[in-house]
Amino acid sequence: MDYEKLGLKMGLEIHQQLNSEHKLFCPCKTELVDDDFDELVQRKLRPTQSELGEIDRAALQESLRGLNFKYENFEKHTCLVENDDEPPHSLNEEALDICITIACLMNMHIVDEFHTMRKQVIDGSNTGGFQRTGMVATDGYLDTPYGRVIIESLGLEEDAARRVETKDGFTEFRLDRLGIPLAEITTDPSMHHPDQVREVAYMLGQILRSTNVKRGLGTIRQDLNISIAEGARVEIKGVQDLDLMAEIVNREVTRQLELIDIKKQLQERNAEVLEEIHDLDELFVETESKILKSAETIKAVVLKGFDGLIGREVQPGRRFGTEIASYAKKRGVSGIFHSDELPAYGITQEEVDKVSEYLEIGEDDAFIIVAHDEDIAVSALEEVKRRANLGLDGVVEETRKALDDGNTEYMRPLPTANRMYLETDIPLFKITSERVEPIANNLPELPDVKQERIIKQYSLSEDLATQLVKRQTADTFEDILKDVDVDATPVASLLAYDLREIKREGYDTNILTLDHYKGIFTLLADGKIAKDSVRKLTIETIKNPDEDISNIAESNNLTMLSEEDVTKIIADIIANNESMVKERQMGAMGPLMGMSMKQLKGKADGSLVNKIVREEIQKLI
Amino acid sequence: MSYKQNAKEFIENYNLGIGDKIKLNKEDISYTGILLDRPEDADDGYLVLKLSSGYNIGVAIENTTAELIEKGEKPKIGFDKTEIPKDDSKQNISIVSTGGTVSSVIDYRTGAVHPAFTASDLVKANPELLDYANYNVKALYNILSENMKPEYWVKAAEEIANDISEGTDGVVIAHGTDTMHYTSAALSFMLKTPVPIIITGAQRSSDRPSSDANINLIDSVIAAKSDIAEVCVCMHGSLNDKFTYLHKGTKVRKMHTSRRDTFRSINAQPIAKIEDKKVNVNPEYNYTKRGENDLELNTAIEEKVGFIKSFPGISEEYVEYHIDKGYKGLVIEGTGLGHVPNNLIDSFKRAQSENIPVIMTSQCLYGRVNMNVYSTGREILDAGVISGLDMTPETTYVKLCWALGQSDDYNKVKEIMHENIAGEFSKKSSIKDFLN
Repeated sequence: MDYEKLGLKMGLEIHQQLNSEHKLFCPCKTELVDDDFDELVQRKLRPTQSELGEIDRAALQESLRGLNFKYENFEKHTCLVENDDEPPHSLNEEALDICITIACLMNMHIVDEFHTMRKQVIDGSNTGGFQRTGMVATDGYLDTPYGRVIIESLGLEEDAARRVETKDGFTEFRLDRLGIPLAEITTDPSMHHPDQVREVAYMLGQILRSTNVKRGLGTIRQDLNISIAEGARVEIKGVQDLDLMAEIVNREVTRQLELIDIKKQLQERNAEVLEEIHDLDELFVETESKILKSAETIKAVVLKGFDGLIGREVQPGRRFGTEIASYAKKRGVSGIFHSDELPAYGITQEEVDKVSEYLEIGEDDAFIIVAHDEDIAVSALEEVKRRANLGLDGVVEETRKALDDGNTEYMRPLPTANRMYLETDIPLFKITSERVEPIANNLPELPDVKQERIIKQYSLSEDLATQLVKRQTADTFEDILKDVDVDATPVASLLAYDLREIKREGYDTNILTLDHYKGIFTLLADGKIAKDSVRKLTIETIKNPDEDISNIAESNNLTMLSEEDVTKIIADIIANNESMVKERQMGAMGPLMGMSMKQLKGKADGSLVNKIVREEIQKLI
Repeated sequence: MSYKQNAKEFIENYNLGIGDKIKLNKEDISYTGILLDRPEDADDGYLVLKLSSGYNIGVAIENTTAELIEKGEKPKIGFDKTEIPKDDSKQNISIVSTGGTVSSVIDYRTGAVHPAFTASDLVKANPELLDYANYNVKALYNILSENMKPEYWVKAAEEIANDISEGTDGVVIAHGTDTMHYTSAALSFMLKTPVPIIITGAQRSSDRPSSDANINLIDSVIAAKSDIAEVCVCMHGSLNDKFTYLHKGTKVRKMHTSRRDTFRSINAQPIAKIEDKKVNVNPEYNYTKRGENDLELNTAIEEKVGFIKSFPGISEEYVEYHIDKGYKGLVIEGTGLGHVPNNLIDSFKRAQSENIPVIMTSQCLYGRVNMNVYSTGREILDAGVISGLDMTPETTYVKLCWALGQSDDYNKVKEIMHENIAGEFSKKSSIKDFLN
């Protein structure tokens, strides 16, 4: 794809949980819990007046639909603040300092005074109906191999509550995640190549990981803003896998190009979405289709000029019809039937013909059927009509969800401008130079700088150093070498490669502590074990983490023999081969060395064996 | 404008105004946004800027220059006026606002929150109100509930009496929650009412989507339409947005600093539970029915009443001070069954000799004062101290203000204090009435 010609533009928004001890505005721990909740609190949210405008009871009812929530409270893990029954406590300064660190690493300008804002969010994920958020820094940059990327802003905000389930008209949330501090990093939309986005996401990840942030699944969320010249801006939520980034971009560009083409064809055909919602119950009285039979009502709309285009693929395995269906699904149906895919789902050709006749479907026309309860069917078809009409304009501005295969799925319309006002319960917070300077002068080492340094300092190969930094084991590596005077390479290769394999073999490498590593490498440094035994000893240590390491080495027969014992064994071997020595003189070195090593494998160092074999031969000649 | 000194000077030098779009330039960064006002208690070294992203930031004015980008429009406050339809088939309810903001408007451009005070504001904010009644809305005064004074009780009582005499079918009073139970007690003593008088408020401000204001207000209107012709407090009954309780105005107390279900009936049960827009009356309650009483207004009160909480080591000076300063009555929040250290007893005797009634209540809040059990109690009784029975200290305080308004005679005041005027005490202590 010629990204430049297409006018591809992308930006990133990253949300990263911070690893502060407490939440942003209360003293609860920043850990998720799997316990059973202690209390379930039932709430409603109500959009505030300025969002409603005129007296419109219908609009109010509509907006209140689905705003019923249940919140799982925990006696130990949550408090009244999360439940919106106590005002927020003061700003967590530890979290702010982590953000200041991140800001400095991204060359940003830190604001003089931090103001906590309330950002309206009425999907229930925040008990108060708003998320608390504030701007920490602006106007930074990162230099990438593809050019400079501007970091527009760094915010500090509360994470939302975790959605558990939606049933019986209530959406249930768990309050454990609500209030965990999040850093929100936004780049400008100036990236033009998928590889650049991947690189920037990677670099941001590296910067974040050099600071005190949470690790692991769900602790970082990456959203991608993307548009092409003739398309529209789409925000793709939850891009987890960086390797999938390029695929997601390509599939989104494809989707937008397809939708633009569909638009052109629809315009050529003078396509039109007809208003009327038709009742088809009569036509399906004797249907064999299980889905239709079990539904309260069957309704349809006519899309003039849409024939063949609804079934048109816009992403691998996803059709224009899928896009329309995803709007309808938001109203509670599990799917739609469109004429491009029928007959199917138990609906016969005969029934399709009957419907076509009844709806007066012309050659280029299509229809969409929904089967459900009256209210839901009508509401879903209204959405079908709305989405079909939007198709006449090409690409729709949307928030979409990243799927595992690189496709995306409609979530909701793009948010309108942020509705924010001051959180008056929290004092304004001055960020003085006395606070910033000590942080700016003690910034953590960035991954690439660290890599360069450890290559030089420990004479490591570039490959090993890269792996150490990438696997975040460089600190452990340095901590081991600080206390144990041992060759750096075996330490590095255990941490960089062997650990991964050991883990793959099913051992829990997380059990290993710094003391374990030190114990293992002290044995190596003292000549008590051979280099080859490090891996085996590590596995045995995982099996018996509380056992003394030298005991583990001994009981697993990994301890090296003393020089004396080695000499004795070699002397025996040579004595048994005296004739060969006599005959071949130093030429017997090779075979005798081989025999000795075979017998002493893992019990003596090769160079020692070599030395003794040589000495013993010389004694004889 | 709340900017002071340096910041004010800076703004004036550059000829800027609140709401203007401006650019602030520093050595290595500049910010563009709308100049906002600054909270009054914040210092004068910073300007508040709303960035285009919606975020506010504070920008230090030191080493900063400013330029005007665009003059701002004056922010429009509140809703447009609308005619509220009147439906003759519906009851007429008065809503009196005293400063508790049951609804408010946010101006997202500036972030300012404006309270809604007029009937049309209220109905715009809570359109479903129209389903229940016709409204006459009045902003009586606009004060924080902690700044409430006895003279405001009088003003409220007069206003309500006026509405009732003009034929309103029920009254809802929007009130800040801190001193709501003082006001509910005061109105209980000052008014004999043929219609419901319901006081309500919110623990979470009305600008939030999670505010309890809407449910409390709607349920209060439903209570005001009912046949419970008493002064009541209507507030959330639990942490859930599910039901409210109707508490007797003399038996209710704020019991939590921040929870929605902060109001509790003390030494009593709520009169009714309101759920799904229905009033479910507690069957054990013998309440005053609509129309049973004729309207009577008696606002005579004495404001110079002292309120003293006893504590270990308290000095008699506390009591002596009030006598010296000319206080006309005293409420004591004693310990346990109604005790104070015995060094205060002589001061109580002095109070009685100077015709100053002293009423004993308990800081236990739950239970009944009984000064016959221990010798200290008996000595306190002998010193002329009057039992507050099972009334809350706050209700006792309000009642003494009112009783002293009726008479300045010690014996007459004692008689009034032990006469059940508005269900403020009961003779029987139920096993049910504790910590609920």
